[in-house]
Amino acid sequence: MKNTPFTKYHIELGARMAPFAGYNMPIEYSGISDEHITVREKVGVFDVSHMGEVWVKGPNALEFLQTVTSNDVSALTNGKVQYSCFPNDKGGIVDDLLVYRFDEQTYFLVINAANIEKDWSWLCQQGQRFGLTPGKELYNASDEFAQLAIQGPLALKAMQKLTSANVTDMEYYTFKKIPFAGIREVIFSTTGYTGAGGCEIYCSPEDADKLWKAVFDAGKEFGIKPIGLGARDTLRLEAGFCLYGNDLNDSTSAIEAGLGWITKFVPGKNFISRELWEKQKNEGTERRLKGFVMIDRGVPRQHYPIFDAQGNPIGEVTSGTMSPLTKLGIGMGYIKKGFWNDGSEIFIGIRDKKLKAKIVKPPFHQVKL
Amino acid sequence: MNIPSNLKYTKDHEWLKVEGNGEATVGITDFAQSQLGDIVFIEVETVGETLGHEEVFGTVEAVKTVSDMFMPVSGEVLEVNPKITDQPDVVNKDPYGEGWIVKIKMTNPAEVNNLLTAEQYKGVVSE
Repeated sequence: MKNTPFTKYHIELGARMAPFAGYNMPIEYSGISDEHITVREKVGVFDVSHMGEVWVKGPNALEFLQTVTSNDVSALTNGKVQYSCFPNDKGGIVDDLLVYRFDEQTYFLVINAANIEKDWSWLCQQGQRFGLTPGKELYNASDEFAQLAIQGPLALKAMQKLTSANVTDMEYYTFKKIPFAGIREVIFSTTGYTGAGGCEIYCSPEDADKLWKAVFDAGKEFGIKPIGLGARDTLRLEAGFCLYGNDLNDSTSAIEAGLGWITKFVPGKNFISRELWEKQKNEGTERRLKGFVMIDRGVPRQHYPIFDAQGNPIGEVTSGTMSPLTKLGIGMGYIKKGFWNDGSEIFIGIRDKKLKAKIVKPPFHQVKL
Repeated sequence: MNIPSNLKYTKDHEWLKVEGNGEATVGITDFAQSQLGDIVFIEVETVGETLGHEEVFGTVEAVKTVSDMFMPVSGEVLEVNPKITDQPDVVNKDPYGEGWIVKIKMTNPAEVNNLLTAEQYKGVVSE
C-alpha cells in the first residue's frame, strides 16, 4: 500500500485510515457529519494526492484528446478546465476526468486513482495512431504530484493569504501557475468535488509539508478542518456529482448518466463511440441516471432495488446516503424509461420494505420535501 | 474504550442492564458506536414482539454501513428509546446512558448468566 506525502499527518491527527485505490487514506477525523458540515459552511482540506495526472503534449495532442474524450477540447482556452469522460469502444465509460489546457500543445488530465493503470494503458493504446509515445508526448505524472483540495465557502478567502496572485476573483473551473506559501510554483485550480466552492492545489511532493502547514495556519481563523474520504463521498453525492465505479462504469453511457452536457457532437470531433451515443441522444435510452430523495424515513444504499408503485422493479440505486445537512435519505440510480420524470414517486427496496422516494434534480442540499 | 463493569455484553457488541421485574435495558457498546462512526438512523419495529436469543430486533445505520442489532437474551420488546428517532447521534455520544436502544421483558432471566462480563467483553474487543 502506498502512502501520500500527507499520510503521516492523517495518522498524527488520529484519522481512521483505510486502503483506497492502493493508498493508505484517511476515512474520517472528527466524524463524517461534522466534516461534511464544515465544508458546506466553512472550509475543509482533503488529501487528494491519490488522484492520477497525465500530460498530453505535442502537435497531435488536441486531435488525440478530441478522439479519446467526449467533451469539446477545442472549446478550451489556456487556463481553463473541463469536465469530461473517456468513452470506451462499446459505448461505456473508461473513466471520468478533468482536462486542463496549459497551451495549445500542452494538456493535463486528472483521472481517478482507482483507474490510473486502466486509463494509462487505454491512453497508450489509443495514442499509437496519433504518434504519441508513452514517456514523451504521453506522460504519466501520477507519482510526481501532491494534491490538496481546499473546499468550502471560505476556502478562497483563506488561501488568498498565502499568495500575491489574485485567487478570490478566479472563475470556477479555471487555473493558474502561481507562487504559493513560499513554494515557487503550484497549480492553483478552482475546481472540486463538493459543490461548496474552493480550489485544488497541485505541487511537487517535496513541497507537500510546506503546503500542508501553510494551508492549516492560514485557515485557522476560518475554522479549517481536515476532511476524510467519507465526507468526500457524502458531499459529492449531495452535490449530485457522479462517482466512477458507482454511478459510471464500463457499461454505462454518458447519455444514460445524464452527462449529455459533456458529450459534444460537433463537426470533426470523432470521439470513440460517438455514433452509439449520438444515436442514444437522438432516440433516447432505456434507462437514465436520476437523483432521488426519500419521503419515507430510510437510508438508500448502492445496489438497493428500485420499484414502481405496483412493486415492479424499475432500476437500482448506484449511490445513496443520509444527507448530513438535511437528514434526508438521498441517492442516485438508473431508472427505466417511463418512470424517471422529475417529481415522480418511486420506491426503494430497503431490506424487506419498499419505501417511498421522489425523483428530484440535485444538488440535494437545496432540496426540501 | 469505555466498558462499564455493571453491564453484561454480547460478542455482537450489545450491552444489557438488568433492571428488576425481569426487565432489562439494551444498547450498543462504546466500541460498536466508535466502529460505526456517525449514526444516522436507527430502526426498531419489533415493539410488542417476543423474540428469541440472538434474533434481530432492529438495525442501526451509520453513514457508510448498516448493522443488525441482536437480542442478548430472549424476551418481549417493550419500548424503544424515543430520543434516538430524531437524534440517533445520542448513541454516539452516550451509548450506555441516554443512547440506550430498547427495554425488554426477559422470557428467561437466567439467560443473563450466559452473557459476557465486562472483563470477558474487553477480551473480545481487544482481539
